[in-house]
Amino acid sequence: MHLVHPAVLSALLFCTGLYGVLARRNAILVLMSVELMLNAVNLNLVAFDVWLSRTAEETLHSGQALTLFTIAIAAAEIGIGLAIVLAVYRNRGTSDIDKLRDTAEGHGPDGPDGADGSGSDALPAEPAGQAGQAGQAERAGRAKKAEATA
Amino acid sequence: MTLAATAGQLASGATTTAAGAHGFLSPTGVEIAFLLVGLVTFGAALVTVTTRQLVHAALWLVVTLGGLAVEYLLLTAEFIAWVQVLIYVGSVVVLLLFGLMLTRAPIGRSPDADSGNRWAALAVAVAAAAALVWVVVDAFRTTWIDLDGPAAGSTRVTGQSLFQNWVLPFEALSVLLLAALVGAIVLSRKATADAATAATGVKEATTATDVTEATEVTDSAEGRGGAADQADKGGVR
Repeated sequence: MHLVHPAVLSALLFCTGLYGVLARRNAILVLMSVELMLNAVNLNLVAFDVWLSRTAEETLHSGQALTLFTIAIAAAEIGIGLAIVLAVYRNRGTSDIDKLRDTAEGHGPDGPDGADGSGSDALPAEPAGQAGQAGQAERAGRAKKAEATA
Repeated sequence: MTLAATAGQLASGATTTAAGAHGFLSPTGVEIAFLLVGLVTFGAALVTVTTRQLVHAALWLVVTLGGLAVEYLLLTAEFIAWVQVLIYVGSVVVLLLFGLMLTRAPIGRSPDADSGNRWAALAVAVAAAAALVWVVVDAFRTTWIDLDGPAAGSTRVTGQSLFQNWVLPFEALSVLLLAALVGAIVLSRKATADAATAATGVKEATTATDVTEATEVTDSAEGRGGAADQADKGGVR
């Protein structure tokens, strides 16, 4: 088999995942695109391992071992990533990464009642902040933000 | 990008027709199968990153990962192929679907699945694809994989190499998986604890006179008893 076939396929899959990471707005879709990129790397590793195990008589099978390690690390990554996304969703009421702008300069607090204000579904934790005065609610939002970033 | 791929492969074939026994114009059955499955895989990946229905994206991801498992089988890496089916198709996609469900993803078309910088992302991706495909084709146009003989990635070979040469990374990986397990549990438990005690926490934060004091409160708020002590201190101040 021509080595170019798996190499080109993995390059194209990697760039597809790159597009997904850059263009998607939902955090879980971004995680799916990250999985695509990892799988492209895996295909590259396997193809070059099969090639080198014959031509260079490389007996370590480092490509396949690294592929197994990558798969395990990707599984750990998706578990931690989804836990983080769910925690963010519980705290902020959105998994839209365009609205999570805590560390950006010159933006208001994020979340559904942030600068965009398009998301309107109330969290179970929100009514405590909405029941108070406006200033208190704003301060509570800032305190919650500090709590989430602490 | 499919056109670019085929054009690149055609160009590579035109320059390597003198490669001896391997002819580009007489591809082997494995190559034809690889190309067909590769087209399906790439198309499914494109649909995964472009569809506006979130659940459909996860289901097309299944097609992509299954196609990659078939590619591993065609490359005689059997063990990796079945690990791919078990872990990716079996657990990762199910995890993603659960994530979509728990974040209340809309079932139908969601118009805001793509952000505003879609065209910049497309430009970056196309440029990266062109550069990568060009470099890869130029580098490996005369390289052929010998797929005859015993399988390069059967379970016996993979297991022997893994447990003879890669034992220490393997064990370290188990520690990493344990750390990931504990981390995921801690993250979800902290979120639920916050949700359960958010009402009292927010009230304490509002009585504090400064936001920095609120951060002091929540810095040591692993147990809420300590948080109450800190809030009392803030009240005294």
